[in-house]
Amino acid sequence: MRNPQLNKHGELQHLLTLDGLPRDVITAILDTAAPFTEVAEREVKKLPLLRGKSIFNLFFENSTRTRTTFEIAAKRLSADVVNLNVSTSSTAKGESLLDTVDNLCAMQADMFVVRHAASGAPVLIAQHLQATARDHIHVVNAGDGRHAHPTQGLLDMYTIRHYKRDFSNLVVAIVGDVLHSRVARSQIAALTTLGVPEVRVIGPRTLLPTEVEKLGVRVFHDMSEGLRDVDVVMMLRLQNERMNGALLPTPQEYYKIWGLTQEKLALARPDAIVMHPGPMNRGVEIDSAVADGAQAVILPQVTFGIAVRMAVMSMLAGQ
Amino acid sequence: MRIQIAKGRFIDPANQVDRVQDVYIADGRIVGLGSAPAGFEADRVVEAEGLVVCPGLIDIAARLREPGFEYLATLETEMEAAMAGGITSLAIPPDTDPVLDEPGLVEMLCYRAKKLNRAHIYPVGALTLGLKGERLSEMAELVEAGCVAFSQANVPIVDNMVLMRAMQYAATFGFRVWLQPIAPFLARGGYAHDGEVASRLGLPGIPVAAETVALYTYLQLAKITGARLHVTRLSSAAGLALVDQARAEGMDVSCDVSINHLHLSDMDIGYFNANCHLVPPLRSQRDREALVQGLADGRINALCSDHTPVDDDGKQTPFSESEAGATGMELLLPLTLKWATEAGVPLLKALARITSDAAAIVGITKAGHLGVGARADVCVFDPAAYTPVNRDALKSQGKNTPFLGLELPGQVRYTLVEGQVMYGG
Repeated sequence: MRNPQLNKHGELQHLLTLDGLPRDVITAILDTAAPFTEVAEREVKKLPLLRGKSIFNLFFENSTRTRTTFEIAAKRLSADVVNLNVSTSSTAKGESLLDTVDNLCAMQADMFVVRHAASGAPVLIAQHLQATARDHIHVVNAGDGRHAHPTQGLLDMYTIRHYKRDFSNLVVAIVGDVLHSRVARSQIAALTTLGVPEVRVIGPRTLLPTEVEKLGVRVFHDMSEGLRDVDVVMMLRLQNERMNGALLPTPQEYYKIWGLTQEKLALARPDAIVMHPGPMNRGVEIDSAVADGAQAVILPQVTFGIAVRMAVMSMLAGQ
Repeated sequence: MRIQIAKGRFIDPANQVDRVQDVYIADGRIVGLGSAPAGFEADRVVEAEGLVVCPGLIDIAARLREPGFEYLATLETEMEAAMAGGITSLAIPPDTDPVLDEPGLVEMLCYRAKKLNRAHIYPVGALTLGLKGERLSEMAELVEAGCVAFSQANVPIVDNMVLMRAMQYAATFGFRVWLQPIAPFLARGGYAHDGEVASRLGLPGIPVAAETVALYTYLQLAKITGARLHVTRLSSAAGLALVDQARAEGMDVSCDVSINHLHLSDMDIGYFNANCHLVPPLRSQRDREALVQGLADGRINALCSDHTPVDDDGKQTPFSESEAGATGMELLLPLTLKWATEAGVPLLKALARITSDAAAIVGITKAGHLGVGARADVCVFDPAAYTPVNRDALKSQGKNTPFLGLELPGQVRYTLVEGQVMYGG
């Protein structure tokens, strides 16, 4: 069973997940991203690395933010970008996922940036391309179900490295709805691969996956214990539809117990940074005073995200 | 047609026979073992030196997809698959379209199968109309039409009062009730065993409790109603433990496992292999080990293929959007042999799970044994050869199975139905 994101030489062919991605590959992506952060500060924010390449943003699930950052990253690399919101076009007419892909391949796509509500959809596309000998086409997972959001995980690693320099002495806490979060899975995979000695997850039992400890994390249910002496707090978004029901009673109770306030943050190390993948629910998982506070690095995450996506796309499809 | 099967290793689990001897067949029946009856002259001699000669296999769960899903498979294609798999009797779950809740439909199916003159079929009728779990089916009429038991296939009854009434009604006649332990709300929205693999892949999970909670309910209701319960497709160690416990309390209950659950675990999902999308889900390695042991010591009574042809459209999709099921009839014997070798189970005992023990669950006396006078449904296989599992080799219209690409031990050489060579030679 070949790792579907590596080619037969073990090189990165697609970016589908951070789970199982070798440490040196992750580090290489972060290293490649570093100079790209400067491109944004130039008068002409463009590099010719992907000139003439066609990148299809294939979004089967709505997203404005992630799609936009991929689009900006691709355009800064001089690629031609086509945005397809497939949830409103072909699959609604009954076309299968792979039929859609085949049609776009026939339009000479060089790369697909895929978001899909089902875990594993980009893996399926990558396997399909491999089975049909179209190894020149690359797939970047822009979020699939609960499975993975590798570029988010990478930009989070970039952010941590930017502020903390070294992963080998950190305590990192991931707080909130880990169960439904592809972001959390990618973060856990990257943090453990990069050698973070202690990764914690904090949340109610209803929002933590079964046997999550086997992913290499310590489980906490209590914020005051879980946040103690951490260097990095990674908050997760709580989806609206999960706030009232069988998973949680109310957003108010959630905020009271697991919402990140200044008071709870004070239990972390004084130089701890606070991250959030966005969009935030202020007053549910995070208090505005923290979100806008001195320890928050939430907006730099967005900026770094473009550089990291440029790095991924140029490493996959660049000359 | 008089046939002599010569020099084979004759294994008949029902009669506890395992020795090299010739088999003599005339007029569709076994007429002699070891020595020919007086005046027997073979029209044909099947050379079986080095081969095993055993009763035609009985598969207690094979979906032939008719009626309603002819685009996935037809009786014609699946009967060929059965023959290639050495299967001469099979029980058909009721989840066709329309479901097997109408005596006329069951009669039609039996008529079609008989006309094809391949494996004998034993339809399992729907316990409730349309499998909807609301109204009882006409069980007595359905049995007259040919049904051997009643089940809900993979559609559990939500209302336990209806379930209890259905079991009471079936018990009135002593009809067999085959139930798949699925607690509907606990299994809802899940696609894989709720454990490390599902957590890692982000696949919504189905907890073991979906099996145990339902199973406990079924066992309690069977005890109260006196229904003859058979539990289909056990998937977990905890589920098997509940069956053990019920037996310890004196309950007469049987159970089976599928070839997939006997050999695979959730780890085999790998990178979202939709061929591993099955009902029930593949569970942990620990669960699998319990099933292997349970089948070896007979606490699990039978092994079945759970044959469910699914086409590529149903599998070439993300895991959670794919159709559950795998083709299996042609793998039943090879995977029985693989299990027997790995678990150290003698061949006689291993073959019992797909012949005589399976016959006992279906309640048929005509099949699953090869004494003199028995119907000559025979499987002749080469235990030393291998069966390649690939799209070209599979006779079934369903080409999707988790075992694709493997070579499995054992190869069916001849399949005889009522004394006629229907496959091989």
